Amino acid sequence: MDKEDIDDVGHKYHLELVLEDILDKDSTVNCTAEVLYHLPNKNLPPDVQFTIEGELKNTDEADSMFYNRIKSLEKELVAEDIPDSHGNVAPEMEPVRLLAWVASGYVIWQNSTENTKFQLAQIKHVKQVKRSDEYLEFDYRILLHEMVSQEIIPWQMTVLWHPHHGVQVTQDSRQPKHASE
Amino acid sequence: MWALLVLIGAAAVSAHLQDLAFDRQKVFRVIPQNDEQVEIINSLASNMQVDFWQPDSVTLVRPKMQVDFRVEADKSFEVEDLLKESGVEYRVLIDNLQAALDAQFDSKTRTTRHSYEKYNNWETIAAWTADIAAQNPDLVSRSVIGETYEGRPMYLLKMGKSRPNKKAIFMDCGFHAREWISPAFCQWFVKEAVETYGKDTVMTTLLNSLDFYVLPVINIDGYVYTWTKDRMWRKTRSKNAGSNCIGTDPNRNFNAGWCTLGASKNPCDSTYCGSAPESEKETKALADFIREHLSTIKAYLTIHSYSQLLLFPYSYTYKLPSNHEELNSIARAASEQLASLYNTKYTYGPGATTIYPAAGGSDDWAYDEGIKYSFTFELRDTGRYGFLLPESQIKPTCEETLLAVKYIANYVLKHLY
Repeated sequence: MDKEDIDDVGHKYHLELVLEDILDKDSTVNCTAEVLYHLPNKNLPPDVQFTIEGELKNTDEADSMFYNRIKSLEKELVAEDIPDSHGNVAPEMEPVRLLAWVASGYVIWQNSTENTKFQLAQIKHVKQVKRSDEYLEFDYRILLHEMVSQEIIPWQMTVLWHPHHGVQVTQDSRQPKHASE
Repeated sequence: MWALLVLIGAAAVSAHLQDLAFDRQKVFRVIPQNDEQVEIINSLASNMQVDFWQPDSVTLVRPKMQVDFRVEADKSFEVEDLLKESGVEYRVLIDNLQAALDAQFDSKTRTTRHSYEKYNNWETIAAWTADIAAQNPDLVSRSVIGETYEGRPMYLLKMGKSRPNKKAIFMDCGFHAREWISPAFCQWFVKEAVETYGKDTVMTTLLNSLDFYVLPVINIDGYVYTWTKDRMWRKTRSKNAGSNCIGTDPNRNFNAGWCTLGASKNPCDSTYCGSAPESEKETKALADFIREHLSTIKAYLTIHSYSQLLLFPYSYTYKLPSNHEELNSIARAASEQLASLYNTKYTYGPGATTIYPAAGGSDDWAYDEGIKYSFTFELRDTGRYGFLLPESQIKPTCEETLLAVKYIANYVLKHLY
């Protein structure tokens, strides 16, 4: 990793990293990236440029299975606490969790600075929103863990997904913490 | 396929037999009036299996004595007929022993069983500390080092074969309430110590030559709160004057560069350093104990999660401790030991640069008190589950961490000062 200070602009980091498939530890792909953190007063999310050497795994089959399963549900999907207190995730909720993870990546990117380190801590609540078009829509209430301050930050995000159109976070907002905890 | 079915069938049958061992067995209460009736009981006992509950044996039966005994299910009718025919005064004390046993296990007062591969609540852990000490009196003794804010006793286990002039290693778990894998590790360590003493040469030598002080949960109030109200709670549960916000970060509450960096002066924040160093009863109890035993404690280990890190001083400054090269080699070797089991990668180094600068930590304080070997573990994982580490990972996490802890303990033993 290299760091470059650019006057009046910010700090640019040059990174070489290896991406590892969560679902298949042996499947890795090399990646180079440039991350530019703007000056704090600008209040801008970091700029990210990246190149991937090679291809990411094809997930068409799993995508279709999940898509068709949700589309065929009689009642909209609703769930809470994923994982639960003991780390359990019901197998049928695993794709819902992965979707939240991807979507939270966007939220994290948009809210990161050189002094933050976010992780998705838990999905407190997820509710499917019925749509007339082909997209699946989920309304998530998640908890983000910020490492440096050690705060748990509730966040709401509306996520759109379709196997051929990828993930979109159409709306997200930081939520107030419960008072006087 | 057939073999599998047979095995499953056999397992099912044996499980059934175990569960219903006392099904339909009866317990009778008999009061023989004279020697004749005593003789009837004698002959009963010689003709079939009779389990005397009182007195302990048939030879102790005397006239006018209350005699209780258990008989097999298929013999109970025979026994009742015999007693009726001979006019012996009797009543059925327990009609179905199995049912009575089951009722006992279902009662609301029954506490959940302790498991080393599950997360245990505080009540279960507290009971376990008593049990483990009682079952292993030669190796384990339990004491109380203080009380939490909410009045709970802080149990400490002292492990090791009793010998004069032993040096000790102190290890605590559960500083931060939501880091559930941490107390799980302390319990695992204790289990391994008592189970492998006399079998594993390293553990045997360690327990013979050193004492281990193990504090299974230091922030008990916080831990209870994560079980009852908020799984993501971190701090203690003490009230803060002039604020509605509760709790102090116990690992910002020690007198080591207290509240200078990486900590907050705001009681509503997760890293609130407290109103003063050792303002928390829990941290004061720990500090008092260590101060009292300073001449014998040669290493300090504090277990946290998550991030997979092995840290040593300092966190309150970027300055390096005088023996940082030695600490670095120990950390490197311990991390390698840990990784040897399941390839779990740990990063190691001084706290300030490896994780973040943070003042008021117990490891820095212990080091500045003179304990040369002071380490903070951040256990699994690196964020996929974070604080919500699945129970299925308790065993592998504890197994690999134990290797690192044993390595460090062994090193300390070879470098006593």
